[in-house]
Amino acid sequence: MSPPTGARRLLLAEDTSLAAHLERYGPLTTRVDLVRLLEHAGLTGHGGAGFPAATKLRGAASRGAGVVIANGAEGEPASAKDRALLQHAPHLVLDGLLLAARATGARSAYVATPSPRTAEALREQLALREQLTVRRDRLRTEVVVVEDRFISGEESALVNAVEGRPGIPRDRAVPVFERGVRRQPTLVHNVETLAHLALIARFGSEWFRSVGTREQPGTFLATVSGDVAAPGVHEVEHGAPLPQLIDAAGGPTSGVQAVLVGGFHGAWVPGASVPSTTMSSSSLAPHGASVGAGVVLVLGYDRCGLRESAGIASYLAGQSARQCGPCVLGLPRLAESLARLVHPGVDPGSVDEVVRMTALVRGRGACAHPDGTARFVISTLRAFSDDIAAHGRGGCRATPAH
Amino acid sequence: MPRLHIDWTRCDGHGLCAELLPELLGRDEWGYPLPRAALDLDVRLLEHAEHAVDACPLLALKIIG
Repeated sequence: MSPPTGARRLLLAEDTSLAAHLERYGPLTTRVDLVRLLEHAGLTGHGGAGFPAATKLRGAASRGAGVVIANGAEGEPASAKDRALLQHAPHLVLDGLLLAARATGARSAYVATPSPRTAEALREQLALREQLTVRRDRLRTEVVVVEDRFISGEESALVNAVEGRPGIPRDRAVPVFERGVRRQPTLVHNVETLAHLALIARFGSEWFRSVGTREQPGTFLATVSGDVAAPGVHEVEHGAPLPQLIDAAGGPTSGVQAVLVGGFHGAWVPGASVPSTTMSSSSLAPHGASVGAGVVLVLGYDRCGLRESAGIASYLAGQSARQCGPCVLGLPRLAESLARLVHPGVDPGSVDEVVRMTALVRGRGACAHPDGTARFVISTLRAFSDDIAAHGRGGCRATPAH
Repeated sequence: MPRLHIDWTRCDGHGLCAELLPELLGRDEWGYPLPRAALDLDVRLLEHAEHAVDACPLLALKIIG
């Protein structure tokens, strides 16, 4: 079994069967010191926050997790990679889930996905795996279909969904790693994080670090969409140039005015900066962005960035779980204040109201939805400041397609 | 240092906490508590915070740590 070479690692099996999976990647060794392996590998989470996987796992292992969850909820409309991974490489995710359960002593495991079809396929593959596993080693694994909405993937929302409650966030006074599903310590990893973990257990941390950057080794799945010729999911190494991702998706259809990196809770990289930007923390940080869950949304010159952003802000306001007052009342007001800037001849002082509203929602909810929305809006004000001025003069900088 | 925690899923903006703990909490335009600073509770504020916790009709406040 030769380890994958290059930047394509996760989607190499001939088909989705267990046989093809074993054929390409070989049998899984669970007798590994997973925490040490991950520490050396430097694997970071692929769900958005980019937290070191070893730290999360070590905490869960020392505390003893009762439950592990593979998070494939992916509520982000501009992301498709978790769906793609569960569809094309289910066994890598299930291997990773098994490893995480072994390392923490968890007795039950869950895979969360919004797709009933994917869930059905996963259940079939799970049944197949159970037939092949020695009974005493068996981990009880269930597939849970979660609602397809923006906040479904938040950890405490998953816990609620697994327990059969509405999948909306809980108050975080007690974190789920202390008390989650059925009041047991619960470890949640993104499905892609688990797939990488399954590869690291097989091929080692040195192999894992052979691509990517020192700070963020390995590869990640990027969803490239927007004004590109062939939107889709591509695996690239951490630190890859942003233009390489855009080219992988067939190239821009009307130039690159700006690129939204990290999804709707992410930030804009202005077009002028795109050629010199790489998919790394250090290169993205000046724009307030991070690789996050690998979302890359390209905005062409034929669209108004301000108008598009106002649309996204309004969508985000509508995605509130409607539990926390400042989110329920503040996000619509924030979105409206941004939309006001789109109107021709708007007073430039209106920007102050947008900034004020971001400050009013930040940190005032059970989950990070208000904070993420505020980050996106602030980034919009920065990236499209010339557009705001143009709209103030009654114009618009978008160049209509020919 | 102990810290005041607001459970935003419970809070309905009754505003008693802001009355009892003006050093830390104001109210926003809808009446919800608006932290003026980090919600760390030194000895001086702890007792007031405890009153606020007890007074909240929705049990939305907790002292953590």
